[in-house]
Amino acid sequence: MSKLHVSTTVNGDAVEYLCDPRETLLDCLRDKLNLTGAKEGCGTGDCGACSVTVDGRLVCSCLMLGVEAEGKQIETVEGIADGDILHPLQKKMIEYAALQCGICTPGILVAAKSLLENNPNPSEEETRYWLAGNLCRCTGYDKIIRAVMDTAAEMREAS
Amino acid sequence: MALDDRKSDFNFVGTRPDRPDGLDKVTGRAKFGADVSAPGMLHGAILRSPHAHARIVRINTAKAEAHQDVKAVITRADFSDKPEFRPGLEGEFWNVLENVMAGEKALYDGHAVAAVAATSALAARDALKLIEVEYEVLPHVTDVDKAMAPDAPVIREGAADYSVPEGMHPNVVRYHESGHGDVEAGFAEADLIVEDSFVTEATHQGYIEPHACMGSLGADGRGELWCTTQGHWYAQKYCAALVGIETAQLRVTASEIGGGFGGKTTVFIEPVALALSRKANRPVKVVMSRSEVFRATGPTASASMDIKIGMKKDGTITAAEGIFRLQGGAFPGAPGDMTAMCAFAPYNLTNVRQVGYDVMANRPKQAAYRAPGAPMGAFAVESVLDELCNQLGLDPVEVRLKNAAYEGTKANYGPTYPRIGLVETLEAAKAHPHYAAPLKPGQGRGISCGFWFNHGGETSVSLALSEDGSAQVMVGTPDIGGSRASMALMAAEVLGIPYENIRVTIADTATLGYNDVSHGSRVTYASGLATIKAARHAIERLCERAAAKWGIPVDAVKWENGCAVPSGPNAGDFDPMPLADITADMGATGGPISGHFEATPEGAGVSFGTHIVDAEVDPETGKTSIIRYTVIQDAGKAIHPDYVEGQYQGGAVQGIGWALNEEYIYGEDGRLQNSIFLDYRIPVASDLPMIDTVIVEVPNPGHPFGVRGVGETGIVPPLAAIANAVSNAAGVRMRQLPMTPPRILAALKDNG
Repeated sequence: MSKLHVSTTVNGDAVEYLCDPRETLLDCLRDKLNLTGAKEGCGTGDCGACSVTVDGRLVCSCLMLGVEAEGKQIETVEGIADGDILHPLQKKMIEYAALQCGICTPGILVAAKSLLENNPNPSEEETRYWLAGNLCRCTGYDKIIRAVMDTAAEMREAS
Repeated sequence: MALDDRKSDFNFVGTRPDRPDGLDKVTGRAKFGADVSAPGMLHGAILRSPHAHARIVRINTAKAEAHQDVKAVITRADFSDKPEFRPGLEGEFWNVLENVMAGEKALYDGHAVAAVAATSALAARDALKLIEVEYEVLPHVTDVDKAMAPDAPVIREGAADYSVPEGMHPNVVRYHESGHGDVEAGFAEADLIVEDSFVTEATHQGYIEPHACMGSLGADGRGELWCTTQGHWYAQKYCAALVGIETAQLRVTASEIGGGFGGKTTVFIEPVALALSRKANRPVKVVMSRSEVFRATGPTASASMDIKIGMKKDGTITAAEGIFRLQGGAFPGAPGDMTAMCAFAPYNLTNVRQVGYDVMANRPKQAAYRAPGAPMGAFAVESVLDELCNQLGLDPVEVRLKNAAYEGTKANYGPTYPRIGLVETLEAAKAHPHYAAPLKPGQGRGISCGFWFNHGGETSVSLALSEDGSAQVMVGTPDIGGSRASMALMAAEVLGIPYENIRVTIADTATLGYNDVSHGSRVTYASGLATIKAARHAIERLCERAAAKWGIPVDAVKWENGCAVPSGPNAGDFDPMPLADITADMGATGGPISGHFEATPEGAGVSFGTHIVDAEVDPETGKTSIIRYTVIQDAGKAIHPDYVEGQYQGGAVQGIGWALNEEYIYGEDGRLQNSIFLDYRIPVASDLPMIDTVIVEVPNPGHPFGVRGVGETGIVPPLAAIANAVSNAAGVRMRQLPMTPPRILAALKDNG
């Protein structure tokens, strides 16, 4: 099967790759662009470890084909920090010990950033439902929820 | 030099600094199992049996081998049964080999039968379809009670060991019996006896990172393996044996690990990657799909249990008896003995008897899952205790306090307990506002105690000082939950230098002595103890250098706050000499300064916890909501309290999943019906409340700082605590896990 040429933008950088039409956006990010921050935990859109945004919309990159990225703006965990300055969410995740193994952390960060862009003042329930698509097996979510809510409070104060 | 053997005042231990790997893990930089590649790398894929039990008549790999993208195809014939450097593959080596690649029979749905390496992951997956396997399907059994029945199909003749009484089915492969006193006499003294039976299904560890590795093995018999594992020395030993090379010729590097919980304490794909690599002469990466993880790795054992407990009207337990039947898949290893030994361990019992069975069935080989065997036993025993309390009108915490084990109690499984912290967790539960909080209609409260042994294990640590006074610590236990932070805190405490000046690395198998797996809640205990002792060893060297510089005997120098100082006024009048002043010219004063420690520490210190949970049951749908949850557990000494709390919370939530949602569902055909996260539902954020924690600290006499492992005990009480809460909310005793809405509705209906 011949491969297709895709031009897209990832974290602000123009990139190109050749992919099999069956390959997912996650495969392309990881195997062709060497952006291994997004993880494959399930391949069926159930765990959220592969979360990215596509034109600002939160998606599981394992459920989108690589060819569908043509002409889109993709944002991944690698693009969350501003150079060496961590995003407040990243700082709070570390400060709150909101990760144990860290495999779900990239997806949680992408999803939580998307939450705060949509709703700067989420309730605990709204935070829990927004992150319900991001599985974490280590933490029981307690410290993650606290980290996200505290980030939201801090960002509201700063703005 | 003088060093206090046990510390109780701390500068660093007990603080909550940022973890050293935090930045890598929030930026996507951390390299997990599937995040590597190598020049010329191939991708492997594994063909798996669709049958629960089948004879493999023949495998034809010709078409796959002929495909231009395929560089190697392997079957069982490519693994040696009698490697040159082993006296034949026997015992667990043979079991692991048989599990890694089926021999004469496929023993469960998902059992590996062949593997390919190809130029891309897609090509490898496509090539699997070109392999033809002819099966002769055999009768199968997946249920533990049915597997013990006289007419059950035999998984493997001769698998039972000496412990199994005569006349049992060949699927019963190990038998455990222990206890003390006279249970019949004890039951005769009871005012009330409750006897009941309980069932739990197998659950999966459910780590979010599937197994992944990259192996490279040359014709020279030297190999490299990168893998996500809880124990890379274990991987080294087993992989080397299975591919027939000397252990030392295989270098294994542990990746960052995306969760394990016991499920990554063995090998599955690693020997396959190495065998493929040897055949293809190129590095081979193998990554499991989620479905492969569910079908062919883990899970924990399923269980069927009978409990009988007698109690006096005042709450005194007069006798306790338990029979625990555990199904561990198509291989020996189900922890029936562990279940039996743990179930009554929290209590001071005069008369107790426990029996455990290890039973084989056509399911994947069970793997350890967080306190393996203990949660199901606690579910059964603590449910019966709750029922006794209800029927006698007694407070469940008071009854547990009345019967609680303490220092000097002869444990149900033999030893006499040293200093333990169960009573302290129960007192904390009694005093906790949660225990006195009012409940709404439809809600119920449950409590349960839990026990786990904890483990020491072979441990090696090296600590090297740099000229600028910083320190690097090499440990051999993969960091599954922030242990690099704990090790750095303990090293900082001993050396007296800042936490930030210490870098802890998980060394590969070529650069450090042997280390047992990160399991048994042993890392903070054993690697921590070894880090402390390695740091003390380095301090001995530092004191020697200071003594030489001052021209006084080494026993006139002691270490204080990061400096060598004279041990007393008679030793001489010298200014404190900081660590960095000694290391600055260490090359000229005797050479590099390092500290080492290797041992098998034996004082892990058993661990207890008490959980309080409020649940609400919707009588129309049968759905259970967890309203409030409090974990109280003895940590001995919390090195980094954030990560101790994290272990408590994570254990409780895994228990919530086991109690309410999670189960392996097999069809009549013996195939797993729910092999993706959509159908095997682990708890999500919106299912849960915050999980409150109380860290009790009753120092472990076996650790210099008093540490007890905390990783596993947290999953022992939840099944019972939640079952008790649900039973009290619904007004009907729940005897089967998980307590899914249909099961709760059925129980409500049966109850009228």
